[in-house]
Amino acid sequence: MNAVVELTDVVRHFRIKRFLAPSQQVRAVDGVSFAVEEGESFGLVGESGCGKTTVGRLVLGMLAPTGGQVRVDGTDLASLSTGEMRKLRRHVQMIYQDPLNALDPRMPIGDQIAEGLAVHGIGTEAERKARALGMMGAVGLSARLADRYPHELSGGQQQRVVIARALLLEPRLVVCDEPVSALDVSVQAQVVNLLAELQQRYGCAYLFISHNLAVVRHICRRIAVMYLGAVVEIAERDELFERPRHPYTRALISAVPVPDPARRGRRSLPKGEPPSPTNPPAGCRFHPRCAFAVERCRHEAPKLLPDGEGHVVACHRVAEGEI
Amino acid sequence: MTVAVTPTRTSKLFRGLRRVPFGVGLSLAFLSLMFFIFLFADLIATHDITAQDLTNRLRRPAIMGGPAQFWLGTDELGRDIYSRLIYAIRTSMLVAIAGSLIGAILGTLLGFVAAHFRGMVEDTIMMLVDWQSSIPFVVVALATLAFLGTSFGLVVILIGLQGWDNYARLVRGLVLSANGHGYAVAIRGLGAPPVYVYWRHILPNIAAALMVQFSLNFPETILLEASLSFLGMGVQPPMTSLGLMLGSGRRFLLTAWWISVLPGAVIFLTTLSISLVGDWLRDRLDPTLR
Repeated sequence: MNAVVELTDVVRHFRIKRFLAPSQQVRAVDGVSFAVEEGESFGLVGESGCGKTTVGRLVLGMLAPTGGQVRVDGTDLASLSTGEMRKLRRHVQMIYQDPLNALDPRMPIGDQIAEGLAVHGIGTEAERKARALGMMGAVGLSARLADRYPHELSGGQQQRVVIARALLLEPRLVVCDEPVSALDVSVQAQVVNLLAELQQRYGCAYLFISHNLAVVRHICRRIAVMYLGAVVEIAERDELFERPRHPYTRALISAVPVPDPARRGRRSLPKGEPPSPTNPPAGCRFHPRCAFAVERCRHEAPKLLPDGEGHVVACHRVAEGEI
Repeated sequence: MTVAVTPTRTSKLFRGLRRVPFGVGLSLAFLSLMFFIFLFADLIATHDITAQDLTNRLRRPAIMGGPAQFWLGTDELGRDIYSRLIYAIRTSMLVAIAGSLIGAILGTLLGFVAAHFRGMVEDTIMMLVDWQSSIPFVVVALATLAFLGTSFGLVVILIGLQGWDNYARLVRGLVLSANGHGYAVAIRGLGAPPVYVYWRHILPNIAAALMVQFSLNFPETILLEASLSFLGMGVQPPMTSLGLMLGSGRRFLLTAWWISVLPGAVIFLTTLSISLVGDWLRDRLDPTLR
């Protein structure tokens, strides 16, 4: 399998400047490695502030990494000129969390869907229009809506416009950053199913960023769990949900509400709030909240290691076979 | 069964025109009249504007008992005020339109440049803006005209330079905010170069604010032209302009008030109409307010 995008030890720090005070560093992403393969849907989950959106922006080249490499189709994004980066955009597209915000309020949606083609100079005006109308059909938008403005559509329709605009370029990878979390629950399912269906049809890979485990479970084949700027576990979907290894993954999965009271297990929620990324704890970042932490976890940061059962886990206790 | 008709953008605009408020309608009518005069001054003027008739000096307008051939009376050299007013409107409009456009285009361009490049470029442009807005521009214009001598082109250019700072400041702020907005990020994400994003998306989105700025600035350019001409440094005889008429008539204000009051009234009504229409247009141009 070819990796569409490959991250190696990617680090991204942000500096916070304050008046009359020393500036601080936020380690939004601190050593993340994973690869998304051709045509697969890869989930990236974690609580808010763990750096998953920053990873998305790094993959799109909207942010330059402070360290490490982001390779798209084997090309290091850092080696590309601005013009080459723009050409690459055809292959890497994004679906945004808030569709209304991602659309120009003063342009009819039909024109906005065709915009990607216009930007890359593909086809004539009439061909672009025809392809945009075809794509509107594929995402379940009536062709009548082409002359409407974004604010005249419902939230679900707006997100379909954003999806149509991204997919019309036939990208190899689509970064979906919380694509349904701004939508009504009833619409979420429709949009998730639409994304799955479009993947079948166009064969693009998804990097699906979300805090919603149910949605990720529905659409993703492999899932990475992030905590405080680092990946703690990567596994196949069913493996991850049925046999989570890392203590943080266990806590996350036990926090998913189960509709059947008889099947409800004991919840093992982590203690307290996640610490600030400006000053992450030494050793394993999860140790202050971890029920299994031992002395070693306080000093030594664990590496991501395969556990021999298909998971890749960053935990000393798992590596030692203790849990 | 009903047939769904999707309204096009043009039909929406026409539907909107039917609901024009009375004051705006009146202003639009007045501005149309001014524009008509601007275009067809040669056809509607009755006299040569330089033709003197010393036997008919300082005559009252016809409705106030003056001679019938001079509808709005005559000035101190017996020239027909109606015809002079028509040509004055043409000159003043030409100067104000050309000047406003120069200011708007220059200021908008510099605002975009400042917001795009940031850093030194932005600091330099904003320093020029502060410099311009801290000096009364009439003084700069008078000094320039005094040194270089008055010519019509120079007057237009100077009037164009008036007000660019307001556009630059406004546009810089709007573009900075729009650049961070989701749609600008999303369209750059499609692979669009900056100029495409500015021209196709950000400019239409800030056009409403520019329109209001234009409607605020246009009266100022008319007033600047009037001030310069009033002081004798603007439009030169034998051409005439509203400010020039106002200035030359002021000596006769007590005996023949119509010489200066009529152009004064035209200036007042034009500036007021533009402000009213500009404000109304801003609301019309925002699709989210429809």
